[in-house]
Amino acid sequence: MCTVCGCGEGETRIEGHDHEEHARGHDHSHHHPHSHDHGHDHHHYGQGPARAHAPGLDQQRMVQIEQDILGKNDRYAAGNRQWFADRGILALNLVSSPGSGKTSLLTATLDALAGELPLAVIEGDQETSNDADRIRATGVPALQINTGKGCHLDAHMVGHAVESLEPAEGSVLFIENVGNLVCPAAFDLGEAHKVAILSVTEGEDKPIKYPDMFHAADLVILNKVDLLPYLQFDVAKCLEYAHRVKPGVQVLQLSATSGEGMENWLQWIRMTRQTRLIGHPALQTQSAAAPA
Amino acid sequence: MHEMAISESIVQIIEQQAEAQNFSSVRTVWLEIGRFAGIEVEALRFTFEVVSRNSVADGSSLEIIEIPGSAWCMECGKNVDIQQRFDPCPECGSFQVQVSGGDGMRIKELEVN
Repeated sequence: MCTVCGCGEGETRIEGHDHEEHARGHDHSHHHPHSHDHGHDHHHYGQGPARAHAPGLDQQRMVQIEQDILGKNDRYAAGNRQWFADRGILALNLVSSPGSGKTSLLTATLDALAGELPLAVIEGDQETSNDADRIRATGVPALQINTGKGCHLDAHMVGHAVESLEPAEGSVLFIENVGNLVCPAAFDLGEAHKVAILSVTEGEDKPIKYPDMFHAADLVILNKVDLLPYLQFDVAKCLEYAHRVKPGVQVLQLSATSGEGMENWLQWIRMTRQTRLIGHPALQTQSAAAPA
Repeated sequence: MHEMAISESIVQIIEQQAEAQNFSSVRTVWLEIGRFAGIEVEALRFTFEVVSRNSVADGSSLEIIEIPGSAWCMECGKNVDIQQRFDPCPECGSFQVQVSGGDGMRIKELEVN
């Protein structure tokens, strides 16, 4: 148990997150003043199960709670979002099922953008630091979160991860979520956009099989399109399903391995980052440093 | 199985409330779960029972109030009830519907001792 913010470690391990660090203080605030808008601590005798006013039943009472169960995560997410905004960081939450080629797409993206933009990566997996090791091999700073029995990253883990990772101002932070199309949909991490990655070796009906996730995504990437000639994957059908779940969602078709379509994705990242940096000092610094 | 994390959040909120509102045990927990909240109710019951052991909510029963899915159709402008996120508008058949209710989950109230 972390004594400052009270976070139970459970089985989660965050590289570089030593709970003793709290003694030195960290700038991600755990003090989220939240209003308890109930204020009912009087007794509701008439609201017992039998709706009866029986004398002697004063041991039981009803307490109004009216609290969002995900409220705590949402408050941490709002804190992260503000932290990213202050530093001009574009945070992207990459979600997919295992084996969609998320890490390969990420390494290809980092190889293409390193030297052009400041980059950083948070890797979420149940176990091993294999993915973070693959990312670090590209020279980009990466931090692994192992969720243990957990099936998703939450905003609190990400808050601690960015303290250790310290992504540079104006950087693009990729958060590779645990490979799972169900649970990560419910947990806001404070990202600017969720990007759902689907590969053509999966079923084209994934968007309607996992509607919560595809509904939450702002961009869908259809990966491994170089394999289409060998598969029965119906791209038009897949797009139709994606638009059913999220009308108007943008879908990019690419192959991280062959490079086909990659430029569109890179351009999407550049443009999205530019848009977020309008008016932010990090952009001015960068353009001033760029060769004329 | 994010129901485990959800159950942990529920117990955490109840523990905080126990201190703030001065109760020592909970008999019943009323939850409002939206149709689109992504919660499998049986998994929630199972994990809640495990997670609430030795807490003030130990042995309490869960009462689930299901909140139906509602949406606003951008084509015909009506508020409609839908069963799934990708359902078309039952009035005009358009898929341009915006979910407007049933995607949240809250602890509504507790019966305590």
